[in-house]
Amino acid sequence: MSTVLAVALVVVLVPRIPGWDKVRGSFFDGDTFGETFPKLPGRFWYDIQIFLICTPCILLLGLLIAFARNVRTPALYPLRLFATLYTDIMRGVPMILWITIIGFGVPGLIQNRTWGKAVVWAGVALVVAYAAYVAEVFRAGIESVHESQRAAARSLGLSSRQTMMHVVLPQAVRRVVPALMNDLVSLQKDVALVSIVGPVEVLREAGIAKAKFYNFTPYIGAAILFLCVSIPLTRMTDHLLARERRRMQGTAVR
Amino acid sequence: MTETKLRLSGVVKRFGTKLVLDHIDLDVARGEVISLIGSSGSGKSTLLRCINLLEPTDDGVIELDGIDIAEPGLDADPIRRRIGMVFQSFNLFPHMTVLRNVTIGPRKVLGTAQAESNAVARELLGRIGLADKADEYPDRLSGGQQQRVAIVRALAMQPEIMLLDEITSALDPELVGEVLDLVRDLRAQGMTMLIATHEMEFAREISDRVCFLHAGRVLEQAPPEQLFSSPQEERTRAFLQRVIDLG
Ligand SMILES: Nc1ncnc2c1ncn2[C@@H]1O[C@H](COP(=O)(O)OP(=O)(O)O)[C@@H](O)[C@H]1O
Ligand SMILES: [Mg+2]
Repeated sequence: MSTVLAVALVVVLVPRIPGWDKVRGSFFDGDTFGETFPKLPGRFWYDIQIFLICTPCILLLGLLIAFARNVRTPALYPLRLFATLYTDIMRGVPMILWITIIGFGVPGLIQNRTWGKAVVWAGVALVVAYAAYVAEVFRAGIESVHESQRAAARSLGLSSRQTMMHVVLPQAVRRVVPALMNDLVSLQKDVALVSIVGPVEVLREAGIAKAKFYNFTPYIGAAILFLCVSIPLTRMTDHLLARERRRMQGTAVR
Repeated sequence: MTETKLRLSGVVKRFGTKLVLDHIDLDVARGEVISLIGSSGSGKSTLLRCINLLEPTDDGVIELDGIDIAEPGLDADPIRRRIGMVFQSFNLFPHMTVLRNVTIGPRKVLGTAQAESNAVARELLGRIGLADKADEYPDRLSGGQQQRVAIVRALAMQPEIMLLDEITSALDPELVGEVLDLVRDLRAQGMTMLIATHEMEFAREISDRVCFLHAGRVLEQAPPEQLFSSPQEERTRAFLQRVIDLG
């Protein structure tokens, strides 16, 4: 009820704001929308594809880095140091800068037609930078599994690898799914950053349309498309978080 | 004489500069049941963890069937599988069913086929009256049931010796009995056991020998009747007096 009222208020009041006509003209122009929007979903599919290709790579690389940060053998200490440096450096620089550096920089060094493509390297930039964030999530999850679980597994004779695979990791992953989803929601939006190296994905397409019509409405169209994906993802993350919290409380009581 | 299963000589363990095990000497014969008593912090858990190679020792020898297992650089995994350990906090794997908890060791470590390890696990669970819980997750079980599953999980590896670390300390009093009964069964089957415990009555009843630990040393060891009725050391007397006053 109160929701309905709030919506009604917005609908009634917003058009009365001074200058609303101007705003509507440049952001919410029906004709421009009708003309430009049909082209956008196809371009947005390009973004989705980048997202779908990058995600598994990020999860895998992130996991490997998390493992490296967790090694306890003194002999492998350099690996651990490297992984720590890696996550610090990757997370310490804005994403758009990595995409610029790697996406523009590396293709200049390569003559190959596929591997010399800027968009491929922009994707690589997304992967290597996001892997650092995801690695931290995995690491937190791995560390959250109590030492006694490890001791129990080792005392059965499981090797340290088996202990990680069968005992620690499954519990860690379960705990960090919501945090991972959060990172994936960010990734899904950051995919649009690859537009700076040139491919005509949804943001660039909207930019072209904007230049043609002198109107921002195409950007609103692009925004709607992103929202169609990110809102369900965010809702799902919240749902998983709530479930995880309930589960934790449930076991605490028992 | 009976054959020595486990022999510790001069075992030293430090955490940083803190001396936690101070030249421990201990012989355990095959089939013998030894209780470790002593106040909290005296080193009981650390001793058991060192025997199971969960903690590296700083000095001394731990012989299992005459072979030093504490030697640095030795592959610990094949040794741990021969030693079963049960913890105060159960430490069942919460993401696995009871059956999977019991079978993971045999399957991953011994390479036992799934059907066979399942059958063995179900038979073991049946023996402790938990056959119907095989497909439940541990958090659906009472503490006593969880601890019995933890014992069965260790037994599924057919260990040569069992290390029990205060396995009833985290249990509600009414659940202690069912766990101790299972330990009695193990004794009857001739299992070699080292038992860290606060249950003096139980230690008296089940042990061939009781060791009193104080500040990382075995201060006194004797058959239970002797140690409980006429302790030789002043500290043992003081400790027993204290726990009897509390109980
Ligand atoms: N991982 C550890 N790091 C540092 N000190 C420890 C560690 N584990 C045990 N200790 C110390 O070693 C001593 C013996 O502990 P413990 O073996 O747990 O005794 P008990 O089981 O008899 O209560 C205690 O002083 C404890 O604080
Ligand atoms: Mg202890």
